[in-house]
Amino acid sequence: MAQYLMSVLDDTTDSATPEEMSAIGVFNEQLDAEGHWVFAGGLASPSTATVVDARDGQPVFTDGPYLESKEYLGGFWIIEAPEFDVALRLAALASKACNRRVELRPFLGA
Amino acid sequence: MTDVEHGGTAGRRLGEIARVHREEWARVVATLARRFGDLDLAEDMAAEALATAVERWPVDGVPPSPGGWLTTTAHRKAIDRIRREARREEKHREAMMLSDTPEPLGAGEPLGAIEDDRLRLVFTCCHPVLAMEARVALTLRMVGGLTVPEIARAFLVQETAMGRRITRAKAKIKAARIPYRVPSRADLPARVTGVLAVLYLIFNEGYLASAPEREAVRGDLTAEAIRLTRLVRDLMPADGEVAGLLALMLLTEARRAARLSASGELVTLDEQDRGSWDRALIAEGHALVRSRLASGQAPGRYQILAAINAVHTDARDVRDTDWSQVVALYDQLVRLDPSSIVRLNRAIAVAELDGPEVALAAVDGLPLDGYHAFHATRADLLRRLGRSEESRAAYDRAIGLAGNSAETAYLIRRRGQLAGP
Repeated sequence: MAQYLMSVLDDTTDSATPEEMSAIGVFNEQLDAEGHWVFAGGLASPSTATVVDARDGQPVFTDGPYLESKEYLGGFWIIEAPEFDVALRLAALASKACNRRVELRPFLGA
Repeated sequence: MTDVEHGGTAGRRLGEIARVHREEWARVVATLARRFGDLDLAEDMAAEALATAVERWPVDGVPPSPGGWLTTTAHRKAIDRIRREARREEKHREAMMLSDTPEPLGAGEPLGAIEDDRLRLVFTCCHPVLAMEARVALTLRMVGGLTVPEIARAFLVQETAMGRRITRAKAKIKAARIPYRVPSRADLPARVTGVLAVLYLIFNEGYLASAPEREAVRGDLTAEAIRLTRLVRDLMPADGEVAGLLALMLLTEARRAARLSASGELVTLDEQDRGSWDRALIAEGHALVRSRLASGQAPGRYQILAAINAVHTDARDVRDTDWSQVVALYDQLVRLDPSSIVRLNRAIAVAELDGPEVALAAVDGLPLDGYHAFHATRADLLRRLGRSEESRAAYDRAIGLAGNSAETAYLIRRRGQLAGP
């Protein structure tokens, strides 16, 4: 079993409609029932982000995201799948459920 | 044994190695890829096994099963490397890699609809998450055994760029663990388009090699492309484009023997000895084209190209060619694919139907300045119009761009036949 990150690409926060929320709920139940579920969550807006840099000992806090871009990570799933083609099918279902583009990436060596 | 005899034997054995390389390369790579699930490792170890063969066979003789010998040798080398690497990393010291049957990827896995290692390698290299260019390049590299410079030339890109593209594709397959198998039946229709595009490119590379250092026509590649297409057809007998591509390849392959003169010069369709065309391949190709026509379904690109080749191979003499039908088929193709190369090929048929002047008007202005066939076509049309000077300039451009030595020889001869200084 390998683990994959499915990132939801978005350009607005908190924008899921009730229909999308319920589709995501159904998809999550399916992930759980089929043994693919590891973790999932939505993320608050990039404006709530703080970048922390403690590499020199004294932490420096910077307000806002480290990248200013039109699109960002709106939420994510971490799933488990026996092989890539299964993960690919799940990513397609995820994109359909949340009605957004989804980026699929394998974890390193997991 | 004299030195001369010894040299002769060694030379024959090296020739044998070249033959084994051509015939067995894809199978060795495919077997290793299945066992280890790692294309890079498979390719490196196949190359090392071949290097060992080059050292050993001239001395020890060629083993009775050269392909089996290469596979076994490459397999041992792969295990040695995995052991070395496992030892280097403390945490993998006790890894299961130390067994002689490593990495069960593919082992317990159902074989899919077909049990052909090479075809599975094709479907892995043609996975839809890879960019189309990467799929083609990777298949030519892994299955066709072509070098990176050859692939780069076929696609008119820099060698370094092509090398990077192949490396990235292999890394993605490895990191994402793209499975090494023929996709399930439900996935097949979506995946087969890319596979057909790749098989056609392999066929074309074999039919007219892109590089001068290779043989001009490589029957090993065309045969492999046909063999793989037949396998895909067994898998999807109802798919019209699969049948169309197979027919196209058979009708093209049928003319292979007539394509090179005794001196190794390319012979164009109009000058070919039609008696040396392979009638059995033509009959099989025609039967496929007829069955597609009878299906009543709208034909795709390969089916139209096959139909065009059926018209050509129907004619006992070039003068008997039904050019109006060829042009009509090209019109149909232009509607599906209005690319410049299709329009160039249409213009060549138009020249036979409506004359070189009409054809030249259709050719001029096509944005194909870097493509040798564009200049070769212009050169021929200008020659027929008696515009020798312009024709010579066009031949010069075509000769400068042509990669294939048989084609270059043909173009030089035609240029030499021009009137004037």
